[in-house]
Amino acid sequence: MVLTNESIKQKLTEKFGDQLIDWEEPFGMLTFTAQKDLNLKVLQFLFDDVELKFQFLTDLTAVHFPDRKNLELAIVYHLHNLIDNIRIRFKVYTDISKPDVFSATALYQSANWMERETYDFYGVNFVGHPNLVRILNVDEMEYFPMRKEFPLEDQSRLDKDDEMFGRGGALAAGNERSNQGTISGNDKDELLKH
Amino acid sequence: MQTSEHIKLPQGSLEKQTTTLNFGPTHPATHGVFQNIVELDGERVIDATQTVGYIHRAFEKIAERRPLYQITPLLDRMNYCSSPINDMGWHLTCEKLLGIKTPKRVDYLRVIIMELARISDHLICNSIVGVDSGAYTGFLYVMQYRELIYEIYEEVCGSRLTTNIGRIGGFERNFTPQAFEKLEKFIKEWPPVLKEFESLFTRNRIFMERTIGVGPIAAERALNYGFTGPNLRAAGVDYDVRVHTPYSSYEDFDFNIPVGKTGDCYDRYLVRNGEMWQSLELIKQAYKKVQEFKGADSEIFHADVPEYYLPDKKDVYTKMEALIFHFKIIMGETDIPAGELYSAVEGGNGELGFYLISDGGRTPYRLHFRRPCFIYYQAFTELIKGGMLSDAIITMSSLNIIAGEMDA
Repeated sequence: MVLTNESIKQKLTEKFGDQLIDWEEPFGMLTFTAQKDLNLKVLQFLFDDVELKFQFLTDLTAVHFPDRKNLELAIVYHLHNLIDNIRIRFKVYTDISKPDVFSATALYQSANWMERETYDFYGVNFVGHPNLVRILNVDEMEYFPMRKEFPLEDQSRLDKDDEMFGRGGALAAGNERSNQGTISGNDKDELLKH
Repeated sequence: MQTSEHIKLPQGSLEKQTTTLNFGPTHPATHGVFQNIVELDGERVIDATQTVGYIHRAFEKIAERRPLYQITPLLDRMNYCSSPINDMGWHLTCEKLLGIKTPKRVDYLRVIIMELARISDHLICNSIVGVDSGAYTGFLYVMQYRELIYEIYEEVCGSRLTTNIGRIGGFERNFTPQAFEKLEKFIKEWPPVLKEFESLFTRNRIFMERTIGVGPIAAERALNYGFTGPNLRAAGVDYDVRVHTPYSSYEDFDFNIPVGKTGDCYDRYLVRNGEMWQSLELIKQAYKKVQEFKGADSEIFHADVPEYYLPDKKDVYTKMEALIFHFKIIMGETDIPAGELYSAVEGGNGELGFYLISDGGRTPYRLHFRRPCFIYYQAFTELIKGGMLSDAIITMSSLNIIAGEMDA
């Protein structure tokens, strides 16, 4: 049997009924959502089923949607069936104030660092992970930097005068602290004469 | 028992049976900035812990503020041994989101650049495996020919290592006759060099003794660990993104996927070598296809997408529309369509994926990179456990861990 998006959807609906929601196919990839306590059950079924065989975890990450009340964090799994060469995307949403999600490390060894990375940047607490500590950021960090409440600095702000980083140039033009690298007023006149 | 608990012996004193060795973050043999804390019994590795993130630069966060075309320079700094593949992967992702269909000539030119990048990537990896097993000659010898590849990049985009090559929809300029001349030179001069490189290593008794059976991984474990690329194929799984989900017209080409069997360092070396030959074949085929374009077709180097592809500079000064598009592109004021997609290319180390969510704004809402290095490096402990320390070093270089890609 050749797997198609329809047959996968049918198999999953047979097993889980209407517990799986938000069926979509953006750019041809079957996407669906489940309750967060169901994530391991769904992953296990996708892994073990003799026809589905989604045994390769391509990617695991999170997305922050501050506007969705009580479902702010989405954990996104990209799974790949290498035999039939078909990919699916599976999501669970969790409350940001209680971001507990079951860890997939028992199914996929590769989930280990990917979950650590997701914890590191979004603070998703993967229950059952063997070593859930920060991986790319420093251990002392107290916040989860990829969340949307931490915007990147506005590059056009003018209240900051750090010439070392090439900013504040407009302010520095009339500034007394002109350094040797810039052309001072007198030199400019000299240059214009020539 | 009671007393020994109160006596705090210094770490590494005689009573401790094993030695802890800090290998990295800046050690010549790691070829990158990452740390391994290795627990040794004599010279045998009994455990290892990896610390990564020393050059984490928050590319995913930075990308959330940048218009699409400004994200490319970030990607150059991921796997810097084959940055053109990263760039092309990103352009292909954007084109998929924007629904841009690139002309065939652009696809073939991209294949040439991507396969050149693959050769330079594998070349570094294999020659470094040689260096770590004590054979410096091969490395010095082939670097001269990697230079030929870099000269082609230089001719096409103006830079060598962090290339920022190509644009959304095609290339920034057409390939010059000099670029094709240099490509011909490479096609002619490269095979004997690769042949000689192989004769230095492939059946070299010392090299074989050092690599056969070192750092092996079974296919099943490799899949479970998320291996992709040459490292997975060395374990015997013929998964290649170029074949499974063809992009950039790879389906028009005739090429083989070399696979290994045991997944040890020697098989990884052989697979990479085999891939270099296949890449050369692909370059030859693509160059032939490019030459078949005649007349106006041979001048096409980008798709017609004025919203995303910068207009000619002389048009900017003379035509109103071109001026508007130029301004909008440079200032990043084009709204990109909303959508969610995952797109992958076969990078030097494996499946390089881009998970892009756009909410209809001017910058991505979320961009996540699937970095093959980061995912398979976690298997390193399992690969080296029970082996010698010197084997651990060879295993690390034959996995081709690139710190820039791992830390993003």
